[in-house]
Amino acid sequence: MYHKEKSIQIKNSASALYNNLSVLRIAPRRLTYFTVVHANVVNTVSASWDGLNYSHRQLQSKEPNVATSTSLIMQAAFCVLPSRDLLVVSSQKGIQMYESDGSIMVYWHALDTPEAPTAQAVFARGISAVSDNYICVGVSSGAVLVFDIPSKGSNITLSEVLEEHKEAITDIASECSGSQECLANLVTADDGGSMCVWKSGEEFQLLNKIPGLDITCSSVKLWKGTVLAGYGTGQIRLYEAVTGILHAEVNAHARWIYSLDIAPFSGLLLSAAEDSFVRVWHLSMTPETNSVEIAHLHNECVTDTQICGAKFCDGDGYAFAVTGYDLSEIIRYVQS
Amino acid sequence: MSLRTLPLVFINLGGEMLYILDQRLRAHNTSEDKSEKGVWSESDRKRVLNDIVGTMFSKSFMDELLKPQQLYSHRTMKTVLTRLAHTSIMKLNPASMDKLYELMIMAFKYQVFLCPRPKDLLLISYNHIDTIREFVRDTPVVLNQVDETHRNIIEVYSSLSEGQFQLLRQTLLIFFQDMHIRVSLFLKNQIQNPSGRFVLTTSGPVPYGVDVPGLIRTFDLRGREVSRSEFPAGGAYSGLVREGSFDLNGDRVLRLGRNLYRVDHPEETQTSRTPSVQQPDSTPNPLAKEELNQLARLMGSMKAENVPIGEPQFRINLFTTDQEEEAASGGEQEAMFQVISIQAVQDEQAASELARIAGQFTDEEEKLENPSSNKGDDLLALMDDL
Repeated sequence: MYHKEKSIQIKNSASALYNNLSVLRIAPRRLTYFTVVHANVVNTVSASWDGLNYSHRQLQSKEPNVATSTSLIMQAAFCVLPSRDLLVVSSQKGIQMYESDGSIMVYWHALDTPEAPTAQAVFARGISAVSDNYICVGVSSGAVLVFDIPSKGSNITLSEVLEEHKEAITDIASECSGSQECLANLVTADDGGSMCVWKSGEEFQLLNKIPGLDITCSSVKLWKGTVLAGYGTGQIRLYEAVTGILHAEVNAHARWIYSLDIAPFSGLLLSAAEDSFVRVWHLSMTPETNSVEIAHLHNECVTDTQICGAKFCDGDGYAFAVTGYDLSEIIRYVQS
Repeated sequence: MSLRTLPLVFINLGGEMLYILDQRLRAHNTSEDKSEKGVWSESDRKRVLNDIVGTMFSKSFMDELLKPQQLYSHRTMKTVLTRLAHTSIMKLNPASMDKLYELMIMAFKYQVFLCPRPKDLLLISYNHIDTIREFVRDTPVVLNQVDETHRNIIEVYSSLSEGQFQLLRQTLLIFFQDMHIRVSLFLKNQIQNPSGRFVLTTSGPVPYGVDVPGLIRTFDLRGREVSRSEFPAGGAYSGLVREGSFDLNGDRVLRLGRNLYRVDHPEETQTSRTPSVQQPDSTPNPLAKEELNQLARLMGSMKAENVPIGEPQFRINLFTTDQEEEAASGGEQEAMFQVISIQAVQDEQAASELARIAGQFTDEEEKLENPSSNKGDDLLALMDDL
């Protein structure tokens, strides 16, 4: 169904972090951007569709105006909004937002550091664009920061802090931007496996809370009102977002899942785990029973590699890309 | 990231160090040349192991490690481990210490990489502690320290969630990133490839609490199972593995962390670098100042020298013959290594000097805008002399 294509070399190897690959397709310029985190550096590659041109850039998570202070980065992700695309980097120190090519930093938000040193690590993790003008980023305390993004310029503000989770946020996902109307358009997940379903707006509204079973939900996606969640036990679960009804449960992987992705136009799901497997699934809605079904389509095994990132390169799922711990390349697969 | 890595790092790296020292000191015991220089008696070997364990598991040292703090750089880690290795009558030359560190790091990297569940990092640590107990079982005082430390570890780590353990593991994996030193024992046992990467099998038992992949279940609105179907998972996994014991004693079940060096084969401790490997970062670290403070506190908390002045100390080339040293180095090193004697007296002076200077530093820290200062460079140079 898929075959391997030429890999893209990156300047550093990928670190073992959840969702450690982000892809941005820029059709008008026939380019695709990839971004991968290595410790305290973000590697970005811009690849031309004809496969002839690759240009690299590295960003460090640094507090502005402090020459040597660097911190470990938890995640870097592209956020697509109707008027602009941003690259958001979340680290131990705070959150940075860049223009999508990484050329200019447009915003910096420092995380509150506790006055007395505690045993709990402090970091930001979980990034998603929501609706037309918000970007949400999770924090280790369980808070979700909502940033209001103007259509251009750097007048970005923190508009709201959602405090519903008790454990560190792992991942955030949304759907229905632009003209689509959705009941729920945001889901947030945490270390204990709990998930919150929200509706965005001037004040975000909590629609549902799906309790966790003390198993980390490391990656989450939202598609047609269905929450797709990947867990540390290697399971994938499909829940109806607003009701919390469990539609399906898959014993998908033999180790911790690190990444899920959806190709929204075709209903393809991608799952990747520390067991070295990437799997492609197909989701279908059944209007009679008002539920979602999942079917297995394809496996790829990246030998001796614990996979940490896997993303479709386009909305149909024609191609996908994979990163692994200690691997200095982005492996690509294309439909045969 | 995680602020809870240090105790586990020292127990596991220290444990690997003790495994290797135990094996190498036994190897030295089989020398045909009966002269004093070459032979280590059993009591000598036990003395060394007891001294090192006694220092590592001392209350002050462990208390310092248990404080929530960031993981050290390789440079700092190696300095502290070198100091630990030298708390007895045995002194290693720098080349031996380098190789020892490489072996320790690659062994621990292997264990962390293959750790089935993040929580199993504790079982790996307990495997090390169990063997350490065996080494010191004849010395009640030290044995007691080990038990006490084990109890503290159980208490501190029992409240961590799986997600927090995974964060700890991810922090360690960043520490080990890009290290692909080949270890002949691992190559021989086929747990490492010639490229230096570890073998990750797609067969064998799944971790405790994980189901064998291959099943899809669907449910109705009331939560009743409606259908099951199977899919090809492409691996040969099996289920049903017991959970290891997280108590002070018990069957850990997991084999990672056990002593691989039990059989006496000298060549198994050879290491070689892969051609394009990156060295562990040994460049001066801009945050060295903060780490130097941590280092000074840690050194200060270590038990005073175990060797009374006047008692002879023995220099040792850990990896025996010059021939083996050359073969192990793979011809990449330029010169022959010289044995450098590091005497106890100098050590003690250096450690207290370090603590004094670091003390000065903490007062002046706020005044310094530019972190890279001559003082910092001097301190780093001082560390190099240790």
